[in-house]
Amino acid sequence: MGDINTAMTEQYRNDFLKEVEANVEEGQWVKMCMQCGVCSGSCPLGPAWEHPPQEIFMMIRAGRRDEVLKSESMWMCTSCYNCIVRCPRELPITHIMHGLANYAHRLGLAPKMNPTRRFAKMFWKNLTKSGRVNEIQLSVGLYFMDGFKTGVARAWAMKDIGLGMLKTGRLNPLGFVNHKGCKDKNGIHKMLKKAREIEDRRKGFAA
Amino acid sequence: MADMKIGAYVCQGCGLGERLDTKALTLVAQKEGKAHVVREHEFLCNGQGVAMIQKDIDEGVNRVVIGACSRRAKAEAFSFENVAVARVNLREQVIWSQPATEEARELTQEMAADYMRMGCAEAKKVQAPIPNPEHGTNRRVLVVGGGITGMTAALEAARAGYDVLLVEKTGALGGFMAKLHKRIPYREPFADPQATGVEALAAAVAQESRITVFLNSTTTRTSGAPGRFSVDITTESGQTQTENVGAIVMASGFTPYDAAKLPEFGYGKSQNVVDQAGLEALARAAAAKGEPMRRPSDGKDIKSVVFVQCAGQRDATGTHLKYCSGHCCNTSMKQAMYFKEQNPDIDTAIIYTDLRTPGNGEDFYRSAQRKGVIFTKGKVASVDVNSSGAATVHFHDLILDDKAATMKDVDLVVLATGQVPNSGVNIDIPAGAEDVDVAKAAEQSVSVLNLTYRQGPDVPQLRYGFTDSHFICFPYETRRTGIYTAGPVRRPMDIAQAVEDATGAALKAIQAVENAGLGRAAHPRSGDLSYPTFRREGCTQCKRCTVECPFGAIDEDEQRYPQFNESRCRRCGTCMGACPVRVISFENYSVDSVGSQIKAVDVPDEFSEKPRILLLACENDAYPALDMAGVSGHTSSAFIRTIPVRCLGSVNMIWITDALNSGYDGVMMMGCRHGDEYQCHFVKGSELASYRMSKIDDTLKNLNLEKDRVRLLEVAIADIKRVPELINDYAAKIQEIGMSPFKGF
Repeated sequence: MGDINTAMTEQYRNDFLKEVEANVEEGQWVKMCMQCGVCSGSCPLGPAWEHPPQEIFMMIRAGRRDEVLKSESMWMCTSCYNCIVRCPRELPITHIMHGLANYAHRLGLAPKMNPTRRFAKMFWKNLTKSGRVNEIQLSVGLYFMDGFKTGVARAWAMKDIGLGMLKTGRLNPLGFVNHKGCKDKNGIHKMLKKAREIEDRRKGFAA
Repeated sequence: MADMKIGAYVCQGCGLGERLDTKALTLVAQKEGKAHVVREHEFLCNGQGVAMIQKDIDEGVNRVVIGACSRRAKAEAFSFENVAVARVNLREQVIWSQPATEEARELTQEMAADYMRMGCAEAKKVQAPIPNPEHGTNRRVLVVGGGITGMTAALEAARAGYDVLLVEKTGALGGFMAKLHKRIPYREPFADPQATGVEALAAAVAQESRITVFLNSTTTRTSGAPGRFSVDITTESGQTQTENVGAIVMASGFTPYDAAKLPEFGYGKSQNVVDQAGLEALARAAAAKGEPMRRPSDGKDIKSVVFVQCAGQRDATGTHLKYCSGHCCNTSMKQAMYFKEQNPDIDTAIIYTDLRTPGNGEDFYRSAQRKGVIFTKGKVASVDVNSSGAATVHFHDLILDDKAATMKDVDLVVLATGQVPNSGVNIDIPAGAEDVDVAKAAEQSVSVLNLTYRQGPDVPQLRYGFTDSHFICFPYETRRTGIYTAGPVRRPMDIAQAVEDATGAALKAIQAVENAGLGRAAHPRSGDLSYPTFRREGCTQCKRCTVECPFGAIDEDEQRYPQFNESRCRRCGTCMGACPVRVISFENYSVDSVGSQIKAVDVPDEFSEKPRILLLACENDAYPALDMAGVSGHTSSAFIRTIPVRCLGSVNMIWITDALNSGYDGVMMMGCRHGDEYQCHFVKGSELASYRMSKIDDTLKNLNLEKDRVRLLEVAIADIKRVPELINDYAAKIQEIGMSPFKGF
């Protein structure tokens, strides 16, 4: 991953924009933004973003590579799709945000302790292991993400909901140990490996 | 007049019969109005009613008073040949403006009776107008300027069957468009620059047999009036020939704002900074050689181009142009595409503050984005060019709020400077000095039309040197009848808009020659046959009419009396309002015709608690608003007596003093908005009225009357709810200050 990570970008040159177009999912849309700001105004989490989507798009065009890729902003997206619905230029903003986050992650530039990133990693691992999500493992993992003490506190806070789910048969505690994966686990692993290879080749990541 | 015979008719339709005692109204007309024939009819505007009136006319009635609906309704039904008609508005402004209650009945009837008296008084003083005898019948159209606007206007007029003289200052047709490499697209899919097609257009003009082209020529003297203009066309070598034309289209175009005034952007310091016109020249030169565009300073490959929008435009400091020229955003996109066509890897950035893409520019904008033109919202502070020719653009990034943003190693900087109109001499003494464009000062010394009009050699300007046109209602009209400006001399615009403008102006020119040929007025009193005349022996040669005519219609004759040039006149009556000795009148509208209506009103005594308020309402906006208020059921004071006037500019002070002297308790005037955002149909009428009325305080003081006895108001045609409120407010005010002491004298 080394080479691409140190790529030099000059301010207000198209290099970074072109990089985004080539490597980021739906990145070819970034140039179509007309800077109206409707996305930023529509985002329910807007005030919490350091750089709302409108600004991210401008930063990409301004060649601010590091600032964009190291940003926490796109990790804030909750996929509510308000921006996509409202964008007068019909940019798939939600997808671009996820695409940027993913790209930053692949480059190793994404903020390490970002909770969304950590959860996403956990989810991916959980899912791909058996080809099917193990819900109880995932929730326990999420609770205890920041250590045992906070984990207990989080689980305790959720106990009523947990018990309710247990009563109505929505939660199987045995699943923790007795998880049924999908039939052809190895097939899934092979498929994912192949997909990864293709993506890496296309986007120039070292294998 | 000895053989004057008045017929007065009162309609009973539309509820008039139920709400009013129409019999009593006919008696008023007969006894007080001295009508010879009076009749009621249950449905006056139907065939039977009209036939009844016509029969009386055939038997000798020559003045008709119609007590029915507003003059704005049923105009066709109640138009009788060679007979003056006075319309008494009993419907909209009497029964519909008053509550339909038993208590209101008495006041409503009094109101109707007064209006009948006024109608009869007016009928005595007016005559059916005959066409002016001075009209000319020349149907040729002169087009000044051979650019896209001028060529389009010439072709449109020619194809409509009118002969055209096309005068072009330079040695070839084409104007600014001939200097362009390509033009902003004007056809689907609005994605790529298109060929200008200027050669084909110039060839079409040359081939058109109805068009005579004068190259290297200017108009050195223009006199006359619509239908009979006389124009001297002088060639560069000094040969002059005089031609007669019926109307003129002035399409003198624009000059790009001088980029040399923008040294902060590096213009003049480096060849690598050009204006948009400069870039077109580069593109044309490169295309002619079949080569790509190169850096002007050293011929190196171009890798990066920056477009600076609003360079010397929309300037708040007052140094440069204050306005937006409208075309430049689209033009910069087009020019950025030249580079993208040459090599898609060339970085092209457009730095803008507000992207404005008129017409189908939004599609063009998207196309530019698709091609990779980068748009950066920012304000450029300066451009430095180093010794090797590379430029650095310093700007404030407005999205990222980075005041120190820079673009480095830029090979070419293009400045989007604006359009400065070639409008000739500014004949008005500028009202606000800050509005005078410094850049224009030099060019202003050269006149375009060289009119021999008393008010000056060119058409009046509104702001920033653009010619005055009533752009809400009559965009092509100037303040010189029969002369139409089109293209960027009227307002900043691009080619597509100029083509539309030229077509409109050509049609207006055709209308003008046709109207002039029949001795009729042009807009807004289109078709009006009346024209101003003056009583020579009464004239004191004060020149106020010649100075104040908003259309420069009035010249001076050899004996220094006003010469009206009827075909240039728009019939607003501003001269009539201006005349201190009241010698100017129209056959169907005069100081006397309105004055006698004022005097015809029955003014009750001081103790009656029935004040009388005169309302002089502009017939273009205020009077329709009053009508529509009635239609919408908004009631207002029953003490108001309304007289429509052609324009507040035609209001003569004598009407005000007469009204106050004869016991009216207040005088209201309603006219259109004036000033820079004026809505006055006669441009200056309401402004002049407000100026004149600002002097009324002295008169009121002399009469020992309160200031509030006279009130001037600006209303728009849409003020349907506001107008009755204004009336009621004023009626309440009059109630407060009490009755006029002048009653019964």
